[in-house]
Amino acid sequence: MADNKKLMLRAGLVLGLFSLIGIGLVSLTHTLTHEKIEENERLFVLKNLRELVPENLHDNDLLASSLQVSAPKIFANDKKLTVYRAFKNKRLVAVIASPTAPDGYNGSIKLLVAIKENGELIGVRAVLHHETPGLGDAIDTNKSDWVHSFSGLSLQNPKPKSWRVKRDGGVFDQFTGATITPRAVVKTVLKTLQYYQANKETLAQTTRATNG
Amino acid sequence: MDNYRKIFKNGLWENNQAFVALLGLCPLLAVSNTVINGLALGLATTLTLILSNAIVSLIRHQVGNEIRLPVFVLIIASIVTAIELTMNAYFFELYLILGIFIPLIVTNCSIIGRAEAFASKNPIGASCIDGLGMGLGFTSALVILGAMREILGSGTLFANAHLIFGAAAKDMTITVIGNYEGFLLAILPPGAFIGLGLLIALKNVLDKRLAKPAFQTVNLSLDAKKA
Repeated sequence: MADNKKLMLRAGLVLGLFSLIGIGLVSLTHTLTHEKIEENERLFVLKNLRELVPENLHDNDLLASSLQVSAPKIFANDKKLTVYRAFKNKRLVAVIASPTAPDGYNGSIKLLVAIKENGELIGVRAVLHHETPGLGDAIDTNKSDWVHSFSGLSLQNPKPKSWRVKRDGGVFDQFTGATITPRAVVKTVLKTLQYYQANKETLAQTTRATNG
Repeated sequence: MDNYRKIFKNGLWENNQAFVALLGLCPLLAVSNTVINGLALGLATTLTLILSNAIVSLIRHQVGNEIRLPVFVLIIASIVTAIELTMNAYFFELYLILGIFIPLIVTNCSIIGRAEAFASKNPIGASCIDGLGMGLGFTSALVILGAMREILGSGTLFANAHLIFGAAAKDMTITVIGNYEGFLLAILPPGAFIGLGLLIALKNVLDKRLAKPAFQTVNLSLDAKKA
């Protein structure tokens, strides 16, 4: 009986020891890499943002003047989305919102939607999606030019009821064999424009974030 | 030395984890859509196999039978997490592409399989060679299947090579078929299953070919005895 107890104790100690070694290895790697990883993630976001709003248009740090907002009424969910704001001489020149279209063909599609101060779209990018290769993934810029068709549009052009894919009576092309994906993107871009129109004043306020 | 060669060949060919043992099929099928994706996951898996085999072999006398499996899992999970963090730091874009399949190396049965079947019974040198052989066997399966699917599916080879080899490899992409519309089936999961099936069949044919000469000599000697 005592022998058994001793064995169990020994097994427990060995397991505990290896847990400690494992934790040690992981924390060591974490300490060595976390700065580099954070930098990578920052640069990755920044690269996407710069593609939409080039550096010469603004004079602030886009990442430092971002806001976490939620608009449950417009987006029909209370998920937070990040809005990056570009200022020049403390005046808002553009915003880049990062909404998620929840109704893609294979789950949600993360977008970046860049809007000029006057409510006109600069551009849209799909940054994360799982749409079917060869069909729905035409929302990707390296697969087709489709997302570029948003540039220059606004709530006035076309009229809100035309903010749909052609099959639904709107003006946007759908892809052969894939209507769900473009429908989801168009819907979310429209909502983002509506959100911008409703919250323009709040977003333009430069409190503490202008030259961060 | 001869023994090492045998162990290595066993991992690379006779007991190839992908083509013979059919282990680790989930990452194999999911990531083999291009050569570079396959190569990256293969190398990460190989590194995991060598390290886990080495450590398991070192501690094989200290860890009791009752708790050996949890200890192996702990070791493998720690190694994979460390590799994942390192890739995130130094191969960031590749890490974004491979995504969930890097942490999922933990669940690749061939790793715990080798720890249990080989490393826990053999000295460290042999265990490392076994990890290397098994890992390279798995990597070659990923790369061959990746090449098949990339050529058929998108008409290119070595696309995105710069993600592994740095900016200098940006021009490594070979356009095998120009102006290619793409063959969707090859890129989608069914293409992976069909491709794997064909490769296993090919390996079986090759094995039979290789075995034939041996049969003939046996037959001849029997004939000679009769005569």
